[in-house]
This record gives sequence, structure tokens and C-alpha cells, in this order.
Amino acid sequence: MSGQLLSRWLLLGEWRARRLQLLVAIIAIMLGVALGFSIHLINTAAVNEFSAASKSLTGMSDLTVVAAQPTFDERRFPEILQQPEVAQASPMLEIMAGVLGFQETLRNPELKIIGLDVFRAAAITPDLLGIPAEDSQFDTLSEDGIFLSPAAMEWLAVQQGDQLTLTLGAKQVTLRVAGGLVRAPSGQRVGVMDIGAAQWHFDHVGWLSRIELKLHSGANLATFKAKLASQLGDGFLLVEGTNQDARVHNLSRAYRVNLNILALVALFTGAFLVFASQVLATVRRRAQIALLRVLGMTRQQVLRQLLLEGGLLGTIGALLGLILGYALAAIGLHFYGADLGAGFFAGLTPSLHFSPMAAGFYFVAGVGVTLLGSLLPAWEATRTQPAVALKSGSEHEALAVLRFPWLAGGCLLLAAIFVRLPPVGELPIFGYLAVALLLIGGVALLPWLAGAFFGRLSKRYERHPKGAVRTLVLARLSNASGLAAIALGGILASFSLMVAMAIMVMSFRLSVEDWLTHVLPADIYVRTVIRQDARGFTPEEQQLITSVAGIERIDLMRSQSVLLDPDRPMITLIARPIDAHQPANTLPMTDAVLPPQALPKNAMPIWVSEAMVDLYQFTVGREVRLPLGDSTQIFMVAGVWRDYGRQFGAIQMQLADYRRLTGDRHIGDAAIWVKDGVDVNEIVKNLRALPFGENLKISPRNEIREISLALFDRSFAVTYLLELIAVGVGLLGVAASFSAQALTRIKEFGMLCHIGLTRQQIRRMLIVEGGLLTGFGIIIGFVLGVAISLILVFVINPQSFRWTMQLHLPWSWLAIMAFAMLTAAILSVYQASKPAISRDAVRAVKEDW
Amino acid sequence: MRLLMLLVFLLTGNLLLAAERSFETVTPGYEMVFPQDFGAHPDFRIEWWYATGWLQTTEGQQLGFQITFFRIATNAEKSNPSRFAPGQLIIAHAALSDPALDSLLHDQRIRREGFDLVYARTGNTDVKLDDWLLKRETDGRYQTFVQATDFALELAFSPTQPLLLQGEQGFSRKGPKMEQASYYYSEPHLQVTGTITRNGKPIAVTGTAWLDHEWSSELLDPNAAGWDWVGANLDDGGALMAFQIRSKDGAKVWAHAVWRDANGRMTAFAPEDVHFQPQRRWRSPHTQAEYPVAMTIKTGETTWQLIPLMDDQELDSRASIGAVYWEGAVTLRRDNQPAGRGYLELTGYVQPLSTGGNDD
Repeated sequence: MSGQLLSRWLLLGEWRARRLQLLVAIIAIMLGVALGFSIHLINTAAVNEFSAASKSLTGMSDLTVVAAQPTFDERRFPEILQQPEVAQASPMLEIMAGVLGFQETLRNPELKIIGLDVFRAAAITPDLLGIPAEDSQFDTLSEDGIFLSPAAMEWLAVQQGDQLTLTLGAKQVTLRVAGGLVRAPSGQRVGVMDIGAAQWHFDHVGWLSRIELKLHSGANLATFKAKLASQLGDGFLLVEGTNQDARVHNLSRAYRVNLNILALVALFTGAFLVFASQVLATVRRRAQIALLRVLGMTRQQVLRQLLLEGGLLGTIGALLGLILGYALAAIGLHFYGADLGAGFFAGLTPSLHFSPMAAGFYFVAGVGVTLLGSLLPAWEATRTQPAVALKSGSEHEALAVLRFPWLAGGCLLLAAIFVRLPPVGELPIFGYLAVALLLIGGVALLPWLAGAFFGRLSKRYERHPKGAVRTLVLARLSNASGLAAIALGGILASFSLMVAMAIMVMSFRLSVEDWLTHVLPADIYVRTVIRQDARGFTPEEQQLITSVAGIERIDLMRSQSVLLDPDRPMITLIARPIDAHQPANTLPMTDAVLPPQALPKNAMPIWVSEAMVDLYQFTVGREVRLPLGDSTQIFMVAGVWRDYGRQFGAIQMQLADYRRLTGDRHIGDAAIWVKDGVDVNEIVKNLRALPFGENLKISPRNEIREISLALFDRSFAVTYLLELIAVGVGLLGVAASFSAQALTRIKEFGMLCHIGLTRQQIRRMLIVEGGLLTGFGIIIGFVLGVAISLILVFVINPQSFRWTMQLHLPWSWLAIMAFAMLTAAILSVYQASKPAISRDAVRAVKEDW
Repeated sequence: MRLLMLLVFLLTGNLLLAAERSFETVTPGYEMVFPQDFGAHPDFRIEWWYATGWLQTTEGQQLGFQITFFRIATNAEKSNPSRFAPGQLIIAHAALSDPALDSLLHDQRIRREGFDLVYARTGNTDVKLDDWLLKRETDGRYQTFVQATDFALELAFSPTQPLLLQGEQGFSRKGPKMEQASYYYSEPHLQVTGTITRNGKPIAVTGTAWLDHEWSSELLDPNAAGWDWVGANLDDGGALMAFQIRSKDGAKVWAHAVWRDANGRMTAFAPEDVHFQPQRRWRSPHTQAEYPVAMTIKTGETTWQLIPLMDDQELDSRASIGAVYWEGAVTLRRDNQPAGRGYLELTGYVQPLSTGGNDD
């Protein structure tokens, strides 16, 4: 008989005998690989699209001049162009315009409009030039023409020649779609028009957003940058391509890394499951392997056979995983967008690209993890003397190698140290390592814990024995804790992760709910179609809004984006009336508040979000400089508030201060308190009846609250999904290990039958055993899960998203999950025990030669 | 003449048809007033200052040059308060003909007027496009500077003769209809000094140039497909300008010539007395267009032979005004004797007359 044939026989025979475990192992690997691969694909697609989009916006520019505030005076343009080092300068105005009719159906009904001078842009951003119709070559200069990227045309469902109505504040602008763009990244939604027309139509005459510079080939960038910076003064930033990349990177980094880590957790859980099922399979096959050895198979051959089996399993699982991962990514992108609902990549519709490199990596990871899972048991199996292995009951010796109390202790100790370490490169690397160590430590400690627990239980029980079944169960559990631990490991890993995620998400959600109650005190909120509209409402329009009948009180707000650091995403500056004596009346303050009497008389207070403290060191009591109006102003940080809406930082200031410093009297938002006895809907109707009522986004408080929570749930959609998968994997693990164990114990059951136990009793014994084990696993998993959730809530979240939250334990949900887990475990034990105890008792014992 | 039609073609784009802006019209009997008429006429649709000439390096090398500034008024709405509103566009072409090279060195710019970076001022010739400029001083001297991709020109032109008012005291007809006309004067025999810079090396040059200044609002004859134009400084101190406008089948739609002899006596030639006769054609390897680069021109009883300094003096301006034309230094012979040096312009030989953008 050839070696190949034997190998195939062994493989197929083995697989036929344990289809369930096989399936579970393959599913586990598949899910791990699929999750990792899909998250990687989605992120790559989004980040590529985003950086392609920002690259196409700056083109071949060497340096970008921007202001900290969204726009700056166009009179700086000739001054900059005439610098001797500058070969070409392209002035640009960027406006976010609202798309009318989309505001009810879309979360971001905004279109980026770029106003440029085609003649100056041609040398720097050639991709952004419009392609006019054949017979109107100079349409790029027209006053009413807009050129749209393909993604924008598709999104707006318009084509060349159509009319397009956009909004800016209370104003509506109707433009003509004049054509497409020379080249825009496939997913980028952008419209380009003449800068003069854009300034005029969008109320920005005299203002620019940025100037792209191309330098003469001999010019020294660093020297020129320093010179220009000092010439332009405060309030301007000079941005290079590297800054741009860094900003893109920073924008999604925390979210991306968190998702990747979650994917790795899934892979880890899968790997553990493979490990567990391989250990059990090998243990069960010790006799078979020993027999093969006796018949002349060498150690290498046995090792090869076992690894071949594992490798094949891994290959199938990983391949299926790649397919599933790609499908998941496609579905995720289609339904949730590039950021899976987290809102970082608005205005982009990335397309999926299959990357052979990444696919290779996840494939190798999947197969590698499976091989590693098979390696230890295979190695152990080949080391054992055949004579010993052929004896019944020697399985438990095999599992002795799996006791690692020293490893467990080390892991837990290290985890305790890691949670105290600061983030690395603004990422909670040590936090994640601590979670991993806790998991490994917990699993490694389990055999010892189980032994100790059931040993004590059985000792106590020995004094008051109550029936054969229980005695048997406890004897088994306390003496064969190695096997028990294998089954328990899966439960522990999945349940603890599930508990941790549930606690974290629930804590976050309740904190957000509290926060929403605090930040939404008014009855109705009115704003422009898009957030942070560059125009907003003029004083006259504000007057119209304010004079709507039935309003008790109205707070006006102006917010804009401010760029403080070219490497970071923009922060948000919000100007509104704030109760200076009791800022907590207006803002969801943390404990860090400057007492009103500590604020110097002439100091201008600002209240900053937690992220500002972390990212810009805006600590309470500090004097900080902010570019506002024509120059930088000195403010004093008067307090820190909680902000779950803007993780890159936000600052609130008094509207009166803002107006005095900038002269800007427009506002973007209004919060309206309704008079007692007046129907909210009545006021909504009156607001709609205003001349610009169509352009208003009117939201009653409850609606915002519901939408916000729905958004929250959506951005955690992936987390929920992972949670469910972890549970599924855990349950599969329980079923697999129990059925494997039941089969290894056929001899034992035969013996028990011989000494007079009925099949029912054996089945009861198994169920009690399974229930006790699962219960124990659930308890330990809960403890471990709470510990991990503490790390998630108090270390990982503040470090990656820069906000703190209060801890909430979702008891009822956890109880339901624990109960479901227990039930599922018992059911699977019941199912798994069927074939084992239905065997003929005599034959079963005979197997034990 | 000079690219008039290209501009007209450009002007018919929908930008300029969108809203009919009313422009000043060219009428006979207008009396040119200087120095005002040296300056820009923003109320007319199109205008250009066009300098061409022959240069000689200290080593005796012969070169040709062309510097052109166009001004185009668009139909952009006057009500747009933006300083970026493209009310006036300035276009500039520069070219250097060097027989030692295979083809013409040329560069082009197009910008909107504004921010004191780009302008065509009134009162006296003063046109600027970023760092390219042409400026007439109060003493009549011109300063020009052009920094092209492959070369730089820094030249001064000094007048040596009175102005040459074309047509009837500057009213120059371009077609059979009276409204097909422009205001047009020339400055022949400008004495040139300055430097040209190539590969970072400045070379001192001297030479003789011809400057045209022309403005109009009216369209060419709709039947016109292109034209041939020549302006030459004659060795005896005379000056010759001749042009013909061709129809799509190559026939003469309109023609005109003027010869000012060394004594300043002007002879004007009616359309029927001006004949352009191709002698040799050159096929452009860039565009496959065939240009009659060697011509004879008959003005009345006189026959002038035009011989190009080099064949490839084709200028591809598809990136700015969207046309390809031949603009080259030529020598003139009369009765087989050297008679002068000038510039020949041939347009409308690339079919169809494209406004570019889609050709590449």
C-alpha cells in the first residue's frame, strides 16, 4: 500500500468520523479570515479613495497655503504669487453646498464645490479642470456652469445640460451641469466651477480657501516655507503633501486600528477553537496513532499526516474565508459606506479592489494559525511511546503539557502593568496587549482553576454524597480537569469577549444618551441643510426666524472648522451664548472647570472638549492662542466638556466674543424653546412657511435624539456583528468539544453500563457535567469579561477616541446571554452524547483490549 | 490681421454668446488719438499688440522672434462683483526661430485680468501677464520681457520712423462688408537691443522689429477659412504689409496691401491688385498640415519673393487659444535681389480649424 493512499484513507476516515468538529473548525477559520480580510479591504478602499481624493485636490502642488479659519482675504493672493520662488499659484475657493431635496433622505446631503481659475489651475491641478461641450470651449469660465465628477453626477442623477439647485444657508443657487472633469478619483463627489462665479453665487466675494503653490525647480522648499510663514503671519498654515497624508491617517486611524484589532480577536478565537478541536482529535486518536507507529509508520510520517490534516483544514477554511470576506466587504461598503457608518469619509463612494497581497497575508495567517493549533498536539502524539499510548486512560497524561500556571501568572501580571502604560503613537497598543494577555492568562489558568474548584466541590460533596450520578460527575470534573479545560477555553474566550464588548457598548450608549439629554435642552433645532454652512443665516434672516410666533427663547449658534495643526483633522469652533457662571447649564461639563472667580476679568473664556486636552494640551486655566478674525487672540480655558460628536476636538466660546472679534454676524444654528401651551408642530409649520423655509433643516429634540442613537447603533454595527460571531464561535466550540469528549469516553460509558448505570443516568451525568462546566466557564468568563471591559472603557476608549464615559453593566442582557449559552451548551451535550451512549456496551468495553 | 479669426472663433463659444454684451464698433472716419490709442481699448471685443522681428547675435547668427499679447473681452456679466470675474482675458505667445534647431521654440500663456498681476492698461501700451510684459515708455521706446519655458527675451524697441496707419487712417477693412474691419496701426523699423537667454546663458542681440496694434469687435466674413499675412521692413527703409483672406476652397475673399517707400510715400493696393502665389509647400510633421512657406506676392506691378528662415516655424497654441498656425521669419527678394526681412503668418491650414482640447 502506498504512503499516499494510506494518507488519504486516514484523512478521509478521520473526517468522516467527526464531521461536526471538522465543520466547526473550518467555520472558525473561515470567520476569522473573513472578518480580518473584509475589514482590511474596506479600510484600504476607503483610505485609498480618501487620499486619492485629497491628492487630486492638491494635484502637483509643492505647498498649500491655508488659513486656520475656513477662508482668508483674497488680497494675499498677488502677494504670494509674486514671491520670486513661486512658479505658479492657483487660488481656490472650497464651499460645501447643500443638495436640495436630499436633506431628508441623506445623512450628508453636501457637495464639495471648488471654485478655481482654470488658467492657473492647469499647471497644478490639471485633473480638476472641467471638460466643456465641444461647441463651448470656454464654458469653464461661465457664470452658471458647474463641472461634476462622475461620482457626483451619478449621486445627483444629473447629466450634462441639466439644472442643479444647491443651497448655501438660506440661499439657493441654480447651476447648469456643464460637463465632467478631466480626471477625478472614481469615488470622489466634487463639483468644479469658475472661481469668480463661485465667489459671487456662494456669497464669498473677496475670500479664498487655499492657494496651491508650485515652486521654481531651484527653490528650497524649507527655506521658502519659513520665509512665507513669517511673512503671512499667524492664522496661516503652510501644508505639504506629507501633512496631508498624516491628516488622512489621523482621521481614521483610531477607528481603523480598533476594527483591525477586533478582526484579529475573531481570528484569535477561531485559532483557539481549531487548537481545541485538534487537541481533542489527537487525544482521541492516540491509540490509532500508536497502532500506526507499531505497524511501522515513522514519527515524521505521523507528524506529517497530522499536519497535513490541519493544513488542509486551514486551506479550506482560509479560502472560504477570503471569499466570504470579499462578499462581506462588498455588502458593508454598499450598505454602510466606507467608514461602516462612522462618518469619517463623507462624500466618498469607494470601490472595492481585490488585493492579492492582502489576500495572501490573510490566507497565510489562517493556514498558519491552524497549523500552529495542530502542531502541539501532533508533536505530543508522536513523542509518546506507542506502548503507553495504547493503554486506556493515558489521554489525561497527554493533556498535562497544557497546564501552564506559570504562563498564566506571567500574563496576568504583565496585563496589570500594561493597563497603566500610555498610548503609543496615539494608539492604545498596550491596552490591546493587556486584553490579549488577560485572555491568554485566563485560558491558561483555567485547568488549574477548574481543578481547584471541582476538587474542592467534590471533597465537600464526599462528606454528604447524594447519588451516583453526581458523585461520578464531580469525580470526573475534579480529576480530568485537563479535558474539561479544553472545552472551557472556548467558552471562556468567547463569553468574556462578548461580556466585555457588551459592557463597553452599553456604557458608551448610556453615556451618549445622558450626553444627548444634556446637549439638547431646547425643543426645536433649526439649521442649514448642511452642518457648518459657510454662509448660514444673515442678520435679516435671523430676525425672521426669531420673530416666528410662539417662541419663548432662542439661542443662536455659529460653528466653523478651524485648522490648528496641519497634521491633524480640523477642530470645530462653536460660538453660542454660554452661562459663564454655570457652564454646566449649557454644556455637558466634566469635573475640570475653572471657578468663575478664578477667571481674570478681561480674559475671554473658552470651554474645550476632552480631545482638545489630549491633542493640544488645552488644560483648564491655560492661556491659549486661537486664530480668529484678523489676528490671533488669547483665550483662557475655563472648562472641559464631554463631546461624543467630534473626536478631533471642539471649542465653545461666547457668541458675543466671536462676533466682536470676527465681525461675522451670520449664524448657522438656532435652538428654540417653545412657549408653554404652544404646539411644537405649529412652530415647525411656521418656520417652514418662511421665505427660505425649504432650506431649513428643522428637527424637534426627540428626532435628533433618535437619529443620533440610530447613528450610534449603526457605527457599532460591526461591533454587534463581531459580538454575535464571537458567541456563535463559542457555542460551536462547546458543541464540538463535548461531542469529541463524548466519543473519547465511549469506553468509560461502556464500563458504566456494565456496572449497572442506565443510559438515562449516563445521559444525565453528561448533562450535569456539561452544565456545571459551562456554568463555571460562564462565571470565569464573566469575571474576565468585566476586567476586559474595564480596560476597554477606561484605557482603550479614552486613548483612541479621547473621550471618557461612565461604566454601565447591562445585567439583564448579560443574564440572557449567559442563560442562552448554558442552554445551548446543554443541548449540544445532549446531542453529542447520543451516538456515544447508544453504542453497544459490550463492544465499547472490548475496544479497550 | 494676425490671428483675428482664431480669436473670433474663440469668441463664438457659448461663454460669449450667453449674454450679448454690447461692444464699441469700428467705423470709418475715426481719428486715432495718441498716446491714448497706444493703450488698451477694453470696450472693444478683441485687441492685440504683435511684435515680430529679426535678431542678430554678436557672433552674427540670425534669429527670428515673435511676442504677442492679446486682450479679449468676454461676455462675463458686469454685475459679478468678484475680482476674479473673467471680464477680460490676456493671452500671450512668444516664439524664437533659430535655423540651428529643427523647430520653433515657443510658449504661451492665458490668464484673466486682475489683481494687478495681469492687465492691459489704457492711456499707453502697458500689457502684463504675470512676469511677461510689453510696455511703451513716454519717449516711445518699448520694453518687453518674456520668460518662456525654453528661453527668455528681454528686448527694447526704439522707433526710427513715424507710425504707419493702416487702411484709411487706421480704419482697416477685413472683408467685403464695411463692418468687417478693425482699427490698425503699425510701427515698422523698430530698432531692437536686448538679450535672449537660452540654457541659462544670456546672449546680447540687436535687430529690427515690426509692431502691430489692432482692435476690433466685429466678426470676419463667415465664409473665411484662414489668411496669409506678411509685414516686412525693407532694406531701403521702406515698409510692406500685405494680407489675403481665403475662403474654404482657397479662393481670395479679401486682400489688401500697403507699401510705404523710403521717402514715406504710401501706396495702397485694392483687393484685386494683391495676389499671393504659393511657391513651395512644407508638410508639418507635428500636425500633417501643408503650409505654403515660400510665396510670391504681387502688389500691383511689383513681385515680392518670400523665403523662410527655416521651414518649421509652426506654433501650436491649442493650450491657449486653441489653434495651430505658422508664424515665421522670412526674407524678401524683389527681382531676385535681397529687398528686406519680415514675418509671414499662415493660418487655417490645419483642417478643421480646431479649438483644441479634444485633439490629444
